[in-house]
Amino acid sequence: MFRYLIRRILWAILLFIIITFVTFVIFFMGPNDPARAQCGGDQARPACLKLVTEHYGLNKPLYVQYWRFFDRLVVHQNLGYSYANGSSVNQTIAKAAPVTASLVFGGAVIWMMIALSLGVYSALRPRSLLDRTAMVFVLIGISAHPVWIGLIFEYVFGVKLGWTPIANYANFFGAPAGSGLPGGPWQWFYHMILPWFTFALLFAALYVRMVRANVMETLNEDFVRTARAKGAPERRILVSHVLRNALLPVVTMLGMDIGVALGGAVFTETVYQLPGLGQNLVVGIQANDFATVQGVVVFATVAILLFNLIVDVLYAWIDPRIRLA
Amino acid sequence: MALLEVKDLRTSFHTEDGIVGAVDGVSFSVEKGQTLGIVGESGSGKSVTCLTIMGLNAKRNTTSSGEAIWKGKNLLTTKPRELREIRGNDISMIFQDPMTSLNPVHTIGKQLIEAVQLHRDVSNRVARARSLELLKAVGIPYAERRIDDYPHQFSGGMRQRVMIAMALINDPDLLIADEPTTALDVTTQAQILTLMKRLQEEFGSAIIIITHDLGVVAETADDVLVMYGARVVEHASVEELFNRPQHPYTWGLIGSLPRLDIDVERLIQIPGQPPSLLRPPRGCRFHPRCSYVMEVCKTTVPELLPTQREPDHLQACHLDEETKDREAAKLLESMMAEAG
Repeated sequence: MFRYLIRRILWAILLFIIITFVTFVIFFMGPNDPARAQCGGDQARPACLKLVTEHYGLNKPLYVQYWRFFDRLVVHQNLGYSYANGSSVNQTIAKAAPVTASLVFGGAVIWMMIALSLGVYSALRPRSLLDRTAMVFVLIGISAHPVWIGLIFEYVFGVKLGWTPIANYANFFGAPAGSGLPGGPWQWFYHMILPWFTFALLFAALYVRMVRANVMETLNEDFVRTARAKGAPERRILVSHVLRNALLPVVTMLGMDIGVALGGAVFTETVYQLPGLGQNLVVGIQANDFATVQGVVVFATVAILLFNLIVDVLYAWIDPRIRLA
Repeated sequence: MALLEVKDLRTSFHTEDGIVGAVDGVSFSVEKGQTLGIVGESGSGKSVTCLTIMGLNAKRNTTSSGEAIWKGKNLLTTKPRELREIRGNDISMIFQDPMTSLNPVHTIGKQLIEAVQLHRDVSNRVARARSLELLKAVGIPYAERRIDDYPHQFSGGMRQRVMIAMALINDPDLLIADEPTTALDVTTQAQILTLMKRLQEEFGSAIIIITHDLGVVAETADDVLVMYGARVVEHASVEELFNRPQHPYTWGLIGSLPRLDIDVERLIQIPGQPPSLLRPPRGCRFHPRCSYVMEVCKTTVPELLPTQREPDHLQACHLDEETKDREAAKLLESMMAEAG
């Protein structure tokens, strides 16, 4: 187990270096001149350009720039300063990350709840009415774009029924003093409920099918027949013998999809005007704000690597064949 | 009184292509402490017969009729809850593939303890002690240490021992072994068969052993049921079956036994394919492959009747007994002669 963990951590570090390097090169190769962006675009004065270029080392060779960037990142945990307005990228991310985390993890809880209940039930009663209804749900979930779903939800639940707010974020730990914004756990929950469902729908749809297929396959395993031959009741067979085995691949997928989902969060954040990482990313790209964009990418990379590490450990914990290998 | 009495058992599966009659009018009985061997090719209905008795067929597309009388109760009409109390307690079962028959995410100890606690209201300590006892009885070395290992840490033969331990843990009256040695290598096969025989004496359980291997039957069974195309074609004591086999299919099975003591170019095989149970041949189901086929075989189903000499020897073939005795003698003689 210990060696497994060490191996996974070393692997994550290597991946981190590769990914940061690749993203760095992509931005470096890009057609935009960050110095020009900082100095006010087309009307930039040469003096300003020179100053900025030298300040950021933009005229140095690629590997020197990357090394400066890497050194700053690893040794000082500093993501730099925005090219657009000079604010600290660390602070921007510190403000935006909790919003995205609320969306992604809350959404993941909802998508897993939908996927597990619908998936297991349709696996137990294939071709039943519920199974077929679930199939329709899956088709809608996969086909419909989150922006469209978001707008429909806003219109129906926010505008027509008036059950939920239609936009904005409420801080879980209370709003900043004097801001006049809503805050606290209940307001947080109340503001997040629509984004969560919007965000969860696509993945819930995909996972319903996956859970259903896995549970059905596991139900046909020999060891399930053994459990029946032992005289175990169906409920016990499902919980103790089927689910744990059927969910092994789901856990792996979940680890990978959290990364994909982080990308999908951009749409949901845009629709509901949540000041999360996705929104910062979009604004950053539009403003040629290299530092902010890269900061978000690096942060997301670390988050995904960390999450995958957690999933790997979790996986080893639930599957003895990996733990003891 | 027989321990288990099966009468006219029929099981069919409803598939998209039509109805498959997997078991068609099978009757037999098992006596206390005796071993019944069921022999036949893949798809002859031998496994389904036993799964039906245990109520382990998929419910959705299966219908069964007939009777399986166990202690005065018909298992086919018993309520699921009562059947669960019988399964793993009075009747237990071991399966062909020990590699997949144990749950990979639980330790074998946990799975053995579960088997005990499903039927006995005992503490974990008692159940664990019983599990250890059984693991030792089936010859798992260092059982105290290995009880907390996972299935993937055991070899195939050891896993089958664990399966046998699990099947015997509640002292069942009947053990159904569905091809228990098929997935194992030859030396392990012999060990497992010896173990089963020894444990049968120790625990006094009756055994139904399903196999396609006549060698296994010769070694373990008291009585033999030969199945072909979902039906019983011959039923006799093991001595009778090997001394006076009465059905051309049985002759084929005996003739195709590989032997180490003689040098043959290639093994004798029964020509043709096993019959489709979706559209079985009319008359005797073996007739398309039978070298003694007569006109009557193509139209009339032969009944399972006792031979004149031995009323307990049942066979279903239209050939007259004289011819059958002569052919059987010829077959056995040729095998003896080849053996030198």
